[in-house]
Amino acid sequence: MDQQASPNAFSCPLPLPAGGRVLLGHGSGGKLSAELLRQIFLPAFQNPALGRLDDQAVVSINGSRLAFTTDSFVVRPLFFPGGDIGSLAVYGTVNDLAMGGAQPLFLSVAFILEEGLPIETLQRVVQSARRAAEQAGVQIVTGDTKVVENGNCDGLFINTSGIGIVPEGVRLSADQARPGDRILLSGPIGEHGIAILAQREGLEFEGAVASDSAPLHTLVAAMLAQAPALRCLRDPTRGGLSSTCNEIAAQSGVGMLLEERAIPLREEVRGACEMLGLDPLYVANEGKLVAIVEAGAAQRILESMRSHPLGRQAAIIGTVRDGHPGQVLLRTRLGTTRIVDMLAGDQLPRIC
Amino acid sequence: MKYLDEYRDERIARALAAEIAQRVTRPWALMEICGGQTHTIMRYGIDDLLPEGVELVHGPGCPVCVTPLETIDKAIELASRPQVTLVSYGDMLRVPGSETDLFQVKAKGGDVRVVYSPLEAVKLARALPTRKVVFLAIGFETTAPANAMAAWQAKQSNLENFSLLVSHVLVPPAIRLLLKSPQNRVQAFIAPGHVCTVMGYTQYEQLVAEFRVPIVVGGFEPVDILEAILMLVAQLEQGEARLENQYVRSVTRPGNLPAQGMVERVFEVSDQKWRGIGAIPGSGLRLRPEFAAYDADKVFGLSAVEVREPPECISALVLQGLKKPTDCPAFASRCTPENPLGAPMVSAEGACAAYYHYRRHRIAN
Repeated sequence: MDQQASPNAFSCPLPLPAGGRVLLGHGSGGKLSAELLRQIFLPAFQNPALGRLDDQAVVSINGSRLAFTTDSFVVRPLFFPGGDIGSLAVYGTVNDLAMGGAQPLFLSVAFILEEGLPIETLQRVVQSARRAAEQAGVQIVTGDTKVVENGNCDGLFINTSGIGIVPEGVRLSADQARPGDRILLSGPIGEHGIAILAQREGLEFEGAVASDSAPLHTLVAAMLAQAPALRCLRDPTRGGLSSTCNEIAAQSGVGMLLEERAIPLREEVRGACEMLGLDPLYVANEGKLVAIVEAGAAQRILESMRSHPLGRQAAIIGTVRDGHPGQVLLRTRLGTTRIVDMLAGDQLPRIC
Repeated sequence: MKYLDEYRDERIARALAAEIAQRVTRPWALMEICGGQTHTIMRYGIDDLLPEGVELVHGPGCPVCVTPLETIDKAIELASRPQVTLVSYGDMLRVPGSETDLFQVKAKGGDVRVVYSPLEAVKLARALPTRKVVFLAIGFETTAPANAMAAWQAKQSNLENFSLLVSHVLVPPAIRLLLKSPQNRVQAFIAPGHVCTVMGYTQYEQLVAEFRVPIVVGGFEPVDILEAILMLVAQLEQGEARLENQYVRSVTRPGNLPAQGMVERVFEVSDQKWRGIGAIPGSGLRLRPEFAAYDADKVFGLSAVEVREPPECISALVLQGLKKPTDCPAFASRCTPENPLGAPMVSAEGACAAYYHYRRHRIAN
């Protein structure tokens, strides 16, 4: 015992020096990811298409508007309830194109393989990617393969890029949310993240949770019939619903108010989150979208979503407001309000 | 969901709040001990439902927040050794040590892993016989049984590459210290429901008798907390001081005896330093001498680490309920979850993080 408790001797730790290394949290889709983007990538590559910071770039070529996007997939385990890395890599890129309102057309697929990976595993992943591409109506037209030494990657990593055509009159971007707009969500949140976590950690819950991984472009096409009233689409993948809403609020310079009661959440996912001390608002989705729409068209767009198999449980979950720009608030079940913040890094399971 | 929805019901919550308002005739300061309860209060805005004059003061019951800097520095030192695999609960990784944190050590190649249970760390040690697996065993009476079980299992199976870096704290001595402090202004306590699930509440009956202070063992959902507040306010207004148990669906008077037995077999009560508060006699647990082979301090010959904590952060006062996080000049400016000055800004259960995540809009507006 080096000191007795004394109210006058209270003290606190030093701030951390600037880290200087990449942390896992830099890949979480939260504030640390945004910091990398702002400090490293944007200053290096700045141009108007990139500067929009949407899930896809939209560029004009000879009068046609092309959507172009890329995404890398490093999921562990490779196979999980509701999907696998192969289908995920296809759907992920299809969805990034779809969020720009584009009809997805062509994909590239690049594999980074770890020495020693069973060929049978690769075959399963490739066949799954093939089926996913067929289902989504896209063609995989180019690819690449690299092999790294054992230990230098985790089984296999995949990168996919994709291009699609944006129809005339469709202009979706995260900077277009306006006060009064409604916030729509296509279905229950958190299923992908919990399915992966349960499989990875060997957790067992009542009622299995499967990933919601799915291609959203046909759902988007159904919504585009109301296109002029559609301001912005985003799929709330890593970082969850919270990060997506925070990004849109920041890019549009508006506030948001979400209704906790209105946000669809399956009991199994809620139970798993309660047990693990996770907030489902931050858990990843792979088959959901958030839409910002004009208030007057909200009901029509909601109905068009609900008539599609991937939007049956769609709901209006909140409104865009002009106070508190960049801040997302939540009206709780008790009728009080709180902030829904963007996390710094990954959600950390609590001790007790 | 059963046992959850009824405890988050708006009608019940508002009815309880209305009854509290009806009973209150003058200001009262109540402390919730547990960080989990602080988290619920902030997340659901429970203090917004309370009448003016009923103040909730946030207690020292965040295990991450009160783990001494020395322990963090030792964990960081161990994790930096090439032969060591350091295993921890998730929210310890971002707690700042004197110079770095476990995330940074991991980024530099240290083998740091997160588990949900210390028994997973024991399994890991069996699976990695060439590694020295160290579990960072921290927490209150809640985590003590599982941590004890890990040491017990390791000893039963003569596991040689497993040890625990122990920094365990006990709640009742901390309440006693708060009540004895001349600065104390807390008039009643919500006792931590999970700790009492393990330990029962006879120790809290002693505190009630000794200090004539009302204590209610409370749960963690909004309705639990409001009901506990109502029970405390009713006692205070009547001039009574009793131990009451609001969390009857989980807590019994004797508690979980097999769990207590396991703790008793493996740990003994010791003096313990609390981060930000100082040393409190008899407020910790350490491994008994017969478990010395599993004590990382002894196995690795860790010497006392000299630490120095600078003055700007007021977490010590926050942990004692003397200040609110928003009283701190560094709050949300120089101290944020991305760059925490103190542990209460790191853990989800830390009062500063709870204010930061859920309540910043009140300050801005």
